Amino acid sequence: MESVYLLIPVSVILVFGIALAFWWSVRSGQFDDLEGPGFRVLMDDDQPKKTDEIKDPNKKDDI
Amino acid sequence: MSGTQTTYNDKVVRQFAVMTVIWGIVGMLVGVIIAAQLVWPELNIGFLHFGRLRPLHTNAVIFAFGGCALFATSYWCVQRTGHTRLWGGPLIPFTFWGWQLVILLAAVSLPLGITSGKEYAELEWPVDILITLVWVSYAIVFFGTIGKRTVSHIYVANWFFGSMIIAVALLHLGNSAALPVTFLKSYSAYSGVQDAMIQWWYGHNAVGFFLTAGFLGMMYYFVPKQAGRPVYSYRLSVVHFWALIFTYMWAGPHHLHYTALPDWTQSVGMLFSLILLAPSWGGMINGIMTLSGAWHKLRDDPILKFLITSLSFYGMSTFEGPMMSIKTVNALSHYTDWTVGHVHSGALGWVAMVSIGSMYYLLPRLFGKSEMYSTKLVTTHFWIATIGTVLYIASMWIAGVMQGLMWRAVNADGTLAYSFVESVKGSYPFWAIRWLGGVLFLTGMLIMAYNMFKTMAGGNTKDVPVIAPAGHHA
Repeated sequence: MESVYLLIPVSVILVFGIALAFWWSVRSGQFDDLEGPGFRVLMDDDQPKKTDEIKDPNKKDDI
Repeated sequence: MSGTQTTYNDKVVRQFAVMTVIWGIVGMLVGVIIAAQLVWPELNIGFLHFGRLRPLHTNAVIFAFGGCALFATSYWCVQRTGHTRLWGGPLIPFTFWGWQLVILLAAVSLPLGITSGKEYAELEWPVDILITLVWVSYAIVFFGTIGKRTVSHIYVANWFFGSMIIAVALLHLGNSAALPVTFLKSYSAYSGVQDAMIQWWYGHNAVGFFLTAGFLGMMYYFVPKQAGRPVYSYRLSVVHFWALIFTYMWAGPHHLHYTALPDWTQSVGMLFSLILLAPSWGGMINGIMTLSGAWHKLRDDPILKFLITSLSFYGMSTFEGPMMSIKTVNALSHYTDWTVGHVHSGALGWVAMVSIGSMYYLLPRLFGKSEMYSTKLVTTHFWIATIGTVLYIASMWIAGVMQGLMWRAVNADGTLAYSFVESVKGSYPFWAIRWLGGVLFLTGMLIMAYNMFKTMAGGNTKDVPVIAPAGHHA
């Protein structure tokens, strides 16, 4: 099973890499606030307003 | 920003979003054709037979349809949640045109039989190099944009997208290692069972990262946005992410149960597959519960219907998968159509539906409209797609279990009760139902394309200014 000689070291290196990323993200305060970020994505209003819209005669009214 | 207002780069998102729908139709059309070839074998004409077209179908739906959806949504999400314009200059259009070239090369080379023979990695070495270049550019653009974000927090969806980009790069490089002998032919760097192990390390993690982590990123951005509510538990989403990436990498051997692969490796694969049930369901519950207290929104919002149904299919297939990885269950299910049904409950039910929902969210915004041309057609699409998926999965369950039972049935004297061809004969009605399910799903995509082009007509593609982060307003 020579392939595990490749896959196991890859997994070990990967786990250390992931652990490092996790350590960095905890230390840099990424997870200090675990409530706010959920709300913050909702605060950008990216919906074009109906009035901004170019008049489209083909638009059907179907609500 | 010294007087000049920065804008989002939505051009590339627009390109990828439109191509998602186009490639979706192409890939699913090929799927319908090969499903028909199984029911009516006389449709295998010349070199356009099942064996040549099947890899074209898988590559088109996974990498062309799914890939374009991932590019579009990740580029949108990283700009919006980072409150910054996409970084990377000429690398950004290169990811689009390069990826389209990869798809075109696949569409030509696979029907001609130019293949490395590795499932989901059939493309020959020159295309593999192009894929590497595009993917590295994608990584530079994505992480470069993360690096210049104007808010300190990196939203959870970006973690999922980012891990997908890194993992797919690693898997592609590991599995595609090959020795070229001519311009169009190469041989894998591994052989025999070693090659099988590497192949399924790649194959399963491609499902895990390309088709799961990336689309979970989509889910964590578009479900809250469409529902207008924050994700049920942001804390759980962070736990979900780390649990998933720490445990994913070793599920591959479950594709090689009862083969020449050492028994212990098979058991490790089964064990890790069972562990995966926990983070998968954590994420599924987190997504669905985002609607908690606002269930009424499901009644008349077809986009939300798509997104929430996709999560139901995600929950279903991530329960089914670990069960099928149990060796005793696998003894029945392996090599039967049950596997095909399982894949499609993930592919149609989860990946396609969450992508379609996200595209319906993006398309009006990308073309300066307040909503899709016709909301009724979105609802129609939803029901057609759902019925198509259910027909597909249910017929494959029945066909698969029937095949498994017929293959293992023995007479009192120990001889096989059925010949193989009897199980093929018994499968015909179910293959016909599967074909019908595919036709329905494809019809839904055609409706989507019509709706998309009507929405695009007279659209406004002016760049929109970057929104200042909340709390930073003067």
